[in-house]
Amino acid sequence: MPDIKVTPLGAGQDVGRSCILVSIGGKNIMLDCGMHMGYNDDRRFPDFSYVTQNGRLTEFLDCVIISHFHLDHCGALPYMSEMVGYDGPIYMTHPTKAICPILLEDFRKITVDKKGETNFFTSQMIKDCMKKVVPLNLHQTVQVDEELEIKAYYAGHVLGAAMFQIKVGSESVVYTGDYNMTPDRHLGAAWIDKCRPDILISESTYATTIRDSKRCRERDFLKKVHETVERGGKVLIPVFALGRAQELCILLETFWERMNLKAPIYFSTGLTEKANHYYKLFITWTNQKIRKTFVQRNMFEFKHIKAFDRSYADNPGPMVVFATPGMLHAGQSLQIFKKWAGNEKNMLIMPGYCVQGTVGHKILNGQKKLEMEGRATVITGTLDVKLQVEYMSFSAHADAIGIMQLIRMAEPRNMLLVHGEAKKMEFLKDKIEQEVFVRCISCYMPANGETTTVVTNPSVPVDISLNLLKREMALGGPLPDAKRPRTMHGTLIMKDNSLRLVSPEQALKELGLSEHQLRFTCRVQLHDPHSDTDTLGRIYTHLKSVLKSYSIQHVPDGTVIVESIVIKVTSSAEEPNLKVILLSWSYQDEELGSFLSTLLKKGLPS
Amino acid sequence: MSAHINHVVVVLQQVSLEEVPAKKLRLTKPSKSAALHIDLCKATSPTDALQYLLSFARRPVEAESVEGVVRILLEHYYKESDNSVRLKIASLLGLLSKTQGFAPDCIVDDAINTLNNEKSHQVLAQLLGTLLIIGTQLPDKIAVVQRLIDVACKHLSSTYFGVRNKCLQLLGCLGTVDKPLSKETDAGPGAQTSHVRDVQSVISDYFQDQDPRVRTAAIKAMLQLHERGMKIQQTIYNQACKLLSDDYEQVRSAAVQMVWVLSQLYPESIVPIPSSNEEIRLVDDSFGKICHMVSDGSWVVRVQAAKLLGSMHQVSPHFLEQTLDKKLMSDLRRKRTAHERAKELYASGEFSSGRRWADDAPKEKVDTSGVNLIDSGACGAFVHGLEDEMYEVRISAVEALCSLAQSSPSFAEKCLDFLVDMFNDEIEEVRLQSIHVLRQISTHITLREDQLDTVLAVLEDSSRDIREALHELLCYTNVSTKDCIQLALVELLKNLTKYPTDRNSVWKCLKFLGARHPTLVLPIVPELLSTHPYFDTPEPDMDDPAYIAVLVLVFNAAKSCPTMPALFSDHTFRHYAYLRDSLSHLVPHLRLPGRKQTASSGLEASGVGSGSLESAQNFLQDSLVRVSALQNLETPGAQDLLEFTIRDLLRLGELQTELAGSADFCATYLHCQLLLTKALQEKLWTMAVPLCLKQNAKVSTAARQILDETYKLEFLYSGLETQQIATIHNIRLQAKALQLILTARSKPGVDRVLGACEKFLQDVESFQRLFMTELPHFQDSFVEKLLELMPRLTTCKPLDLVKILQTTLRQSGFIHLKLPEQIHRASATIIEPTGESDNPLKFTTGLVVALDIDATLEHVQDPQTSVKVQVLYPDGQSHIIHPKPGDFRTPGPGRVRLITQVYLSHSAWTEACQIEVRLLLAYSSSSSKQSASKPAWNESMGGLPTSESCIESTIHLSKPVKVFIMPKPARR
Repeated sequence: MPDIKVTPLGAGQDVGRSCILVSIGGKNIMLDCGMHMGYNDDRRFPDFSYVTQNGRLTEFLDCVIISHFHLDHCGALPYMSEMVGYDGPIYMTHPTKAICPILLEDFRKITVDKKGETNFFTSQMIKDCMKKVVPLNLHQTVQVDEELEIKAYYAGHVLGAAMFQIKVGSESVVYTGDYNMTPDRHLGAAWIDKCRPDILISESTYATTIRDSKRCRERDFLKKVHETVERGGKVLIPVFALGRAQELCILLETFWERMNLKAPIYFSTGLTEKANHYYKLFITWTNQKIRKTFVQRNMFEFKHIKAFDRSYADNPGPMVVFATPGMLHAGQSLQIFKKWAGNEKNMLIMPGYCVQGTVGHKILNGQKKLEMEGRATVITGTLDVKLQVEYMSFSAHADAIGIMQLIRMAEPRNMLLVHGEAKKMEFLKDKIEQEVFVRCISCYMPANGETTTVVTNPSVPVDISLNLLKREMALGGPLPDAKRPRTMHGTLIMKDNSLRLVSPEQALKELGLSEHQLRFTCRVQLHDPHSDTDTLGRIYTHLKSVLKSYSIQHVPDGTVIVESIVIKVTSSAEEPNLKVILLSWSYQDEELGSFLSTLLKKGLPS
Repeated sequence: MSAHINHVVVVLQQVSLEEVPAKKLRLTKPSKSAALHIDLCKATSPTDALQYLLSFARRPVEAESVEGVVRILLEHYYKESDNSVRLKIASLLGLLSKTQGFAPDCIVDDAINTLNNEKSHQVLAQLLGTLLIIGTQLPDKIAVVQRLIDVACKHLSSTYFGVRNKCLQLLGCLGTVDKPLSKETDAGPGAQTSHVRDVQSVISDYFQDQDPRVRTAAIKAMLQLHERGMKIQQTIYNQACKLLSDDYEQVRSAAVQMVWVLSQLYPESIVPIPSSNEEIRLVDDSFGKICHMVSDGSWVVRVQAAKLLGSMHQVSPHFLEQTLDKKLMSDLRRKRTAHERAKELYASGEFSSGRRWADDAPKEKVDTSGVNLIDSGACGAFVHGLEDEMYEVRISAVEALCSLAQSSPSFAEKCLDFLVDMFNDEIEEVRLQSIHVLRQISTHITLREDQLDTVLAVLEDSSRDIREALHELLCYTNVSTKDCIQLALVELLKNLTKYPTDRNSVWKCLKFLGARHPTLVLPIVPELLSTHPYFDTPEPDMDDPAYIAVLVLVFNAAKSCPTMPALFSDHTFRHYAYLRDSLSHLVPHLRLPGRKQTASSGLEASGVGSGSLESAQNFLQDSLVRVSALQNLETPGAQDLLEFTIRDLLRLGELQTELAGSADFCATYLHCQLLLTKALQEKLWTMAVPLCLKQNAKVSTAARQILDETYKLEFLYSGLETQQIATIHNIRLQAKALQLILTARSKPGVDRVLGACEKFLQDVESFQRLFMTELPHFQDSFVEKLLELMPRLTTCKPLDLVKILQTTLRQSGFIHLKLPEQIHRASATIIEPTGESDNPLKFTTGLVVALDIDATLEHVQDPQTSVKVQVLYPDGQSHIIHPKPGDFRTPGPGRVRLITQVYLSHSAWTEACQIEVRLLLAYSSSSSKQSASKPAWNESMGGLPTSESCIESTIHLSKPVKVFIMPKPARR
C-alpha cells in the first residue's frame, strides 16, 4: 500500500528547532529548518545526519519549505544549505524572503561577533543561501517537478507566515507552521479551504489553552498607557524586533490618533526600523482594515511614532518607548529601565514571556530590589524598582479552539501534532480523536527522529470513454446521484502507463481480438407428472407470473426464452415423471440465469 | 428611429408599387415591428442580427405593438441557426412580456413550443427564464401556471446545470403547495400508479444535486416558496442541516437561511440530538447550528449567520447565554475571563489594582474529559463573531446582540461587557454601531463603575460622531453609584475642555444625567458647587461652560429632589434665574423655597404648566370652534376675533412646545383668511379703475403674502392630510384669483389677461384632479363654486371670467380647518457659526475659505434634497449651496443634523463685513403631483435618470447667522 512518512527532526513533542521530513509519493520534502533558542551547542540545529551521513543533501531532498521568518523555523537554513550542502529549491513567501536574511544576519552577529563562536555560517553564506530561495504568493500553486506541487495559504501569526499544502497526485499533506486563528491589529486570521489532506501537520503550542477575547487585553493595555501618560509618567515596553512590536505600534498609533494625544512615542532604531519598512511594503499580507485604508494612508507610516535616540530617555514629560530586547536582559531596554525604575509615576509593560534568570522575569515575579552588576551601566549596586510593572500577553498562536477550527476547515484524514509539549499534545490528541468530525481522525504525535507512517488510499485516475459513460448513464435512473457509487460494465485496458476504461466491443477492436461467447448450462431435475410440453407451458406461466418486467417468449419449437436464456425440458423414457430442465445462459446474463436456476429448483407451483 | 421610419416608408412604397394594397395601412403608422422585421431580414450574418437586436432592445415598445414584435421575433427564432442570436431573442421575449399593459397570455403557447425543438442548453435555460417572467406576470391564470410547472418538471432532468437552475426557479416562483403536481405524464417503465408528488419534495430532491449551483438554486426555490406564503414541511430540516457543511459557500449561505426559516416555522417541535437519546426544541437546535456557522470559513456565510441569529427570539435563554460563554483554560486549568475578574474586583471593593504577573493564573484543574472543544451548541458564537477579522461580521454580530438583548433583559445584562469592549474596535463604524446598540438596550441595564469607566474613555475620541453618539448614550444610561455620576461629570468636563464645540451636546447630556439620578447627585452637590459650611467661596464665573455644565446637572437633579435647593448658596439662585432665562431648554423650572416667583414663571406655572397639555389642547380646540362659528368674516367684530385668536394661538405655541406645530399652523391659516377678507373689503372694488392704483399696491402685497404663506403651510409642516392640503390649495387659488383680478384691472390689455386666465384655469383643473376625493368637504367654498361654473368659464371671454371671479370671491364662505393628529413645523437652528465672533475670517481674494456649518433640523422631510444653505453677501449677492447627502446625520427620529462646510469667496473688500448664512427649504409647487411612472422597459436598459422635479422656490428655514469675513486683496 502507498503511504506517507513523516519524521520530525526537531519540534517533535518540543518547541523550537522546527524541522520535519515528509516523504510522500516518492518525494522527500523538508518542512522548515529552524534552530533551538535554548541550546548553544550542536543540539541547536536539527540533526541532518539522519538524512545522510556524508555528502550533500541535494540528492535526498526534493525541496525545502520555510513557513515563516522566525528563527526557530528558519535559523538553520544557511547551515543546512551551505555547510551541510543543499542546492535544491527553497520555497518561502515574499515577505519571509525579505525579512529572513535580516534576522539571520542579526543572529549570526550575536553568535559570532558577541559570543565569539567559530565554525558558524558567514554573511556570504546567508547571501548564497538566499539565492536558492524561490518566492511564492498566497494561493499560488507551484509545480516543484512534474508530480510535486505546493500551495501557500495565509496563516496570520507574523507577516508572511504561510501554511503549505504539499500534493503528489491525489495524496496531500498540509503543514501549518505557526498560525493564528484570531485576527489581531495588523494581521488577519489563518484560512484554508476544504482541501481534505491525508495528513494535517499542525503546531500545538497552546494545545491546552482556550484564550480570552483579545479586546479586554487591548483595552487594558491602552488604558494603562493612557493613564500613565496623562499622569505625566513614562512607559517602557520591551519588545522583540518583529511581530508583536508592530502590532503594539499599530495599536498605540491608532489610539493616539483617535484620542488626539500628543505625548511622543519612540521605538528603538535598528532592526525595528528596517522591519517596519518591510511591513510597509507587504501591505497585502496584513488585515482588512490596513489593506483597505492604505490608499489614504499606510498604517505603518507612523505619524506619532518616531525613532528613538539615547538622549531622549532623559527628556522631561510623558513618553512611550518601545525598546529591544524583549526580556530586559541587556541592551537598550535595560538601560532605559535603569533610568526610569526609580519613579513610581513610570510604568513597565512586558508584552511577552520572560525566560528565567532575566531581569524581566525577576521583576515580573515582584522583586523590588535588583542587584546590578554593571560593566557599562551608570548605576551599580542595588536598584529600587518603584515603577509599576504590568504583564500583558499578546501571543499569536492558535489556541485549542483555533486548532479545532482549522481541522474543521480542512477536514484532514489524519492529524499530526508538532511544535508543542508532549503532555499538552496528549490532551489535544485525545480531544481530536473524541470529537465527532465528518470523518474519524487518527492523531499522531511523533517525537524527534520517530517516523510516523500513514497508509493512504490514493485514487487511481482512469480515462473513460465518453460513449461508454453516456450509455451507462442512460441505463440508470433519470438523475445521477452524486453521493452513491454505481457499478458499470466495461473493459479496463492498461497500456503504456495509462489506464482506460472502454466498452468491451471497443476493447476487442483495439486489441484485435475476436469475441468469445461464454455460456453456462445447467440441468434442473424436477418431478412433474405432466407431459414435456405441458411442463414447459407450466414453466412459462410460472415465470411469467414471477418475472413481470422481462420479456418471456414461448417458442413453438419447445423452448422458453427469457431475455437470452433458453429453457428446454426433456425427459427420459424410463422415468417420464422426472423432467430434466435445461437452462442455458450467456455470461452477461449470469445474474438472471442463476436466479432462474434457483427458482426452478424450488419446483413449480402446483 | 426617424431613419427607420423613412426606411419603412420607402420600402412600403416599393411594396405598394407591386400592388399589395393590404399593406398600405402600415404607411400611416410605421410600427416598431415592421422596422425590426426589415432589419432582421437584412441581417446577413448572426453578428449583424445580434447588433440589430441589441439596438432594438434600447428603445421602448408600446404595449399595442408588443404582440406583433413577438411574432416577428419568434418567426425569426425558428429560422435562426446561431445560438447566440436565439439566446438574445429569447431574452428579448422575456423583456417584452414585462411591458406594462401587455398581457402575455397569447405568447405562452409559442414560448412553450420553442422549448421542444431547442437543442442548445444555454438557449433552453434562457427560454425557461422567459417563461418564468411570463409566469410571474400571470399569477392568476392557473392553467398557464400549471402548464409552466409541467414544463419545468420535464426539463428538471436536463444535464445542463443552467436548465435545472431555471426549472427550480420556475417551480419556486410558481409552484403551489395546495395542489400536488401530478406526474402522470411521466410514463415510467413500470407504469405503476401515478405517483403524486408536491413541489416541495420535487425541489428537495435537488438538495443533493451534484452541481453546487443547482443545490443553491433548489434551496433558493424553497425559500421563494416560503416567501410566497407556502408552508414549508418540516421534513426538509435534516436535509437543510446537512447542507450547512457543504463545500461551496453559496450553498452554505442559502442553507443557513433555510434552516433559519424552518426554525421560525416550527420553533417548538422536538428534534433528537444525534448520538444521544436527548431531544431538544427545533429552534434551539437550529440556533446551535447557525451559531456554528459564525465560525465558517467564508465571511459571507459568517455575516449571514450572525445577522440571522439576531432574529431568533424564541430560543431558550440557556442557549442564548451560551453564545457569550467561552470556557477559558490555561494549561488545563480553568481560568476566569477578564470580564469575570473585573466583576469580582468590583464586588470585592478593590478597584484599579495594578495587575501583577500571573494575576490571571489559572486556579482549579479542569477535568480533561469535561472539556468540549468543538461544542455542537452555541458556545461562544458571539465571542467569535465579535472578534472576527471582517468588520462586516463584527457589525452584524453587534446588531444581532442588540436585537436579542432587547427581547431578553438578562441577556442584555450579560452582553454588556462585550458591547463595551467593542467601543475599542479598530473600525469607527463598528465603534459607532456598538454605541448606538448600547443606547438601544440601555433601558435594561445599569452600568457598573468599571464599565462606565471604559465607556467614558471613548469621550476623548477625536471623531465627533462617536462623541455625540456617546453623549446620546449617556443621556439614557442608568448608573449605580454617586461615584459614577462624579466620574461621568469629570470626564464630560474633560471632553468639554478638549473639544469646546461639544458644548451643547455635553450640556444636554448632563441635563438627562441629572434628571435621571437625583438621589445620586444629592450627596455630591456641595462638592460640585464647591460650597462650604463656614466659609464663603468665591463666586464662579458665570460664562464658564464647565460651570454651566455643573449647574445644568444640579438643577435638573433638583427638579425631583426638593431638599436640594437648601444646599445652594445665594449666587446659585441668581445663576439659576439667569440660566433659566438664557438656556431654558436645559434648565427646568424649580420650585424654590422662600423665594418669590417672578411674574412670568408664575404665569407659566399656573397657566400652561407641564401637566396641562390637555387643557392646552382644549384651549386650541375651543379657539378653533369659536372661529368656525363665524359664518361671514365681514360681520363687524369677526375680524377682531380672528386677530385675537391668532395672537392667542401664537402665544400658545410658544408656551406649549408639543402643540407649537398645530398652533402655528392654525394661526398662519387664519392669518391668510384675515388678509384675504381685508383685501376684499378694500374700497378699490367700488372705485373706478384709474383711481385705484394706490390701493392696488396694498391689495397686491396682500395677495403676494397669502401666496407665500400658503406655500409655507404646505411645505413647512409635516403630518398634513389631503384635506388640509386641499384647504390650503383652495386659499391659494383665491389669492391667485385676486391677483388675476388686479392684473385685469390695472393693465387693460386683453392679451396679457388671456394668458393669466389660462394659467388660472389650469390651476383649477389640477386642483380638481388632485383633490377629487376631498371635494365633498368643500361645501360653499370658492373652489366648489368655481367648479360649478367651470363649463362656463372655459368658454367665456377673459373679462367675463374676471367678473365672475370677483363675485365668486366675495360670495364664497370661509373653510374651517380641521386639525390632523400631529402637525410638526419644520425648523432649523444653526449652532455653528454662532455669529458672536468679532474676529473676521480673513482670506485672500479669489481663493476660497471654508466655513463650518453645524445645524440641527427638526421635522424636515427628505432633508437630503430639500435643505440648502444660503450665503448672502453684503452687496446683495447670494449663493445657494447644496450640501452633500453624507453631511446629514440622523441622531434620532425626526431630528437631522447637518454638519457641512460651505465655501466662501468674494472680491476684495476694504474692511471686514458681515455675511449672512441661513438654511432654506426648497420646494416645488408641482412636487405634490406624482411623477409620471416610466415604462418598465427602460429599467433594464439603464436609460438616463429622469430629471429631478424642478425646484421652484425656497422658504426660510432658520434665522440668519452673521459671519464676519474679510477678503484681503492678493499680494503680488
